[in-house]
Amino acid sequence: MAEKILMKGNEAIGEAAICAGCRYYFGYPITPQSELIAYMAKKLLKMKDASFVQAESELAAINMVYGAASTGVRVMTSSSSPGISLMQEGISYIACSEVPCVVVNMMRGGPGLGDIQPAQGDYFQATKGGGHGDYHLIVLAPSSVQELVDLTMDAFDLADKYRNPAMILGDGLLGQMMEAVEFKERPKVDLPSKESWTLVGCKGRKPHWIVPFNLNPSVLEKMNLVINEKYKKLKEHEVRYESINIENADLIIVAYGTVARIVKTVIQKAKKEGINIGLIRPITLFPFPEKIISKTAERIKKFLVVEMSLGQMIEDVKLAVNGKAEVNFYGRCGGIIPTPIEILKELNKYL
Amino acid sequence: MKKVFGRPESLTETPFTYCPGCHHGIAHRLVAEVLDEFGVRENTIGVCPVGCSVFAYLFFNCDMICAAHGRAPAIATGIKRSKPDSIVFTYQGDGDLASIGTAEIVHAANRGENITVIFINNAIYGMTGGQMAPTTLVGQVTQTSPYGRDPKTMGYPIKMAEMLSTLKSATYISRVALNKPSNIIKAKKSIKKAFQIQLEGKGFSMVEILSTCPTNWGLSPIEASKWLEENMIPYYPLGEFRTPEEVA
Repeated sequence: MAEKILMKGNEAIGEAAICAGCRYYFGYPITPQSELIAYMAKKLLKMKDASFVQAESELAAINMVYGAASTGVRVMTSSSSPGISLMQEGISYIACSEVPCVVVNMMRGGPGLGDIQPAQGDYFQATKGGGHGDYHLIVLAPSSVQELVDLTMDAFDLADKYRNPAMILGDGLLGQMMEAVEFKERPKVDLPSKESWTLVGCKGRKPHWIVPFNLNPSVLEKMNLVINEKYKKLKEHEVRYESINIENADLIIVAYGTVARIVKTVIQKAKKEGINIGLIRPITLFPFPEKIISKTAERIKKFLVVEMSLGQMIEDVKLAVNGKAEVNFYGRCGGIIPTPIEILKELNKYL
Repeated sequence: MKKVFGRPESLTETPFTYCPGCHHGIAHRLVAEVLDEFGVRENTIGVCPVGCSVFAYLFFNCDMICAAHGRAPAIATGIKRSKPDSIVFTYQGDGDLASIGTAEIVHAANRGENITVIFINNAIYGMTGGQMAPTTLVGQVTQTSPYGRDPKTMGYPIKMAEMLSTLKSATYISRVALNKPSNIIKAKKSIKKAFQIQLEGKGFSMVEILSTCPTNWGLSPIEASKWLEENMIPYYPLGEFRTPEEVA
């Protein structure tokens, strides 16, 4: 068994990426994820067959990722909300071209330049595509430093498996906090060969093209439909969530990431007051765990969605509940983290 | 019978989609001839831009990727960094390289990325139908400078070769033209030098190619070549602005 070490969230992502075989990183500094770019510089600049570039902008960084991913290597970039907005053009191209890569967003308060405190205001951007056109990222939402590690490694596998960009959607709190983590030995996963599409020189074969456009609408529609098939498979095979006490709860809270951690404290506090609260914590935000929410809504008629935003994931929860239960909302934004007492007070309104 | 002239292997059989009299076809051919002469076609990865040459992937017979508008040097950086033994070139127009992609070209040059940039300067946006480019000459009429480019509000045409030559990390920067056979021969030599520098791992190389756009200039192919000679070359002098000897 691997030993446990104390690590900051941002640095743990870096180490996890390297453990997952990522040797290429392109990024631009932004708070609150700068420890990650610094970690990658420290490690990759000393490694053989590796490259680290501090790009001139997030626009350039994501396009360097696009280039490196096209040669078949494991590659990552990271940023925080405003920087991720700048990357959207490139992410759309990458999704259309079906090249795998990992993008980390340690969200901060927005909109605009916002602030540098933790937030979850980029849920829509992350899960609904974010850039132009019909596409989705695989979106993983860690809730602890250990999960930052595990999900970062999973993100590389999922990206390769589905030839789709994957995003780690964390927030400034997860990035800055320190926890004991373990870099576990992982079972070998069978992943598809990249040989049929990578750009490595056309020796002994016809040239490969990575072309994110087609001016013939019927061909472009087909390209979209092919990509859409992947999303269907993702929904079928890759949904992940954690559920606590959902069998006989008086009310179900749906929350992810940092907020879900806080809700676990709320559950304990509520129990002392004789209130039975359940939690559904989506780990994959896309594909969204709609089935478990839908199933739970058949039994339990009160839901509360808590987010560090003014209400984004609640739309997916409502779609999943589909009118079968009452869905309420509590959110703080702009970098404010809701306290357990606030949430407890809020949920008491609905009991 | 001895074959004395043929299609370079580095060009596909696909007919060019460029307008009659446009110099893109010549530029493509010169790049392809150079790839053939170095025998690197099977180890080359090309990056095409957004603009008329967005379809360059159909014409170059090597692995190709299409960039977002202006981002080709960043993509080329990612490719070259992860595949340092390959030959990587970008093929970009003036809207792509000198307007929307200014940051990317400046910083790729400044990092001394070991890539080759083929930069087509035809003083106009071709694909979108003839709007002003950063390289449009003073007084030149385009769709978006209908009364002629006025430097008071639109600035002066950007000289990219000169600008990038101020960067210490840029190894080779030249400007050539394709308006007559003697210039085409010089252009070929310059393109070959640029790729040679990459092959030797000496760093960033760029060849700016003055080209015609008869369609959007509203001129016949012959008039366009003449217009290039009389108007573009005096403002955009030909020659080498940066050579490896200058680089320590």
